[in-house]
Amino acid sequence: MTAGLALDIGSWVLMLAGSFFVFVGGVGALRMPDFYTRMHAASLTDTLGTILILSGVILQAGLTLAAIKLAAIMVFLLLTCPTAAYALANAARLSGLSPRPEQTPGKD
Amino acid sequence: MSWRVITLGLVLAATWLLWSGIYKPLLLVLGLTSCVLVILLARRTGFFDQDVYSLRLGPSLPGYWLWLLKEIVKSNLQVAGVVLKPTLNIQPEVVNVDASDLPLVSRATLANAITLTPGTLTMDVDSGVLEVHCLTSATAADLQKGEMLARARSLERT
Repeated sequence: MTAGLALDIGSWVLMLAGSFFVFVGGVGALRMPDFYTRMHAASLTDTLGTILILSGVILQAGLTLAAIKLAAIMVFLLLTCPTAAYALANAARLSGLSPRPEQTPGKD
Repeated sequence: MSWRVITLGLVLAATWLLWSGIYKPLLLVLGLTSCVLVILLARRTGFFDQDVYSLRLGPSLPGYWLWLLKEIVKSNLQVAGVVLKPTLNIQPEVVNVDASDLPLVSRATLANAITLTPGTLTMDVDSGVLEVHCLTSATAADLQKGEMLARARSLERT
């Protein structure tokens, strides 16, 4: 009973923390001034958001095949997200979008 | 058909059968279709032409992933701090990381590791020199310390 409760609390904490990073990623994507900086913010959602939420769900699944599948989903996401991000950034770069915006808030 | 095509096909088929666990005709046909599709796509990307089987990365990979996880947590907190600050304090800049002496697999690993840590984003790898977009001068300074590159290089030596 208590062990189950501890697992539940642990998974809630992980999932809430993950949701926090997904939320902050969304806020960042809206706040940032240009394409590349928005991508930086969005990668919060891709990385720690994904890791924490899936870890929380794995705790809920316990020692089952489902947990292994969830862990595999996490690994695949962590392998494919940067590839997708690279495809996006590289496409922007090749089509001539400058990585140095003229007016950058905060710099000089 | 080379042995690489056959190996990949067998691995894909075994993976599908073990993980789906449902052996109805519809799902078996779907599985076969996706295996064939993956092999065709892999062929289009040149997967069978080069020595891209990276099994020699094996033994040092878990340690590398652990270190990368630590870096991901660190930079996530850093970027979350930047995002949540009332005044947006960012200094975007482009940093070049010379990885032209690394083999292709390590180069791809390095580029993906850089993208995976928020605050740094690989934009171009084609020339062997990675063009990396950095969100703040702090993340740029971290990258220029070169630990990312050194770790990727040590991966390949073992």
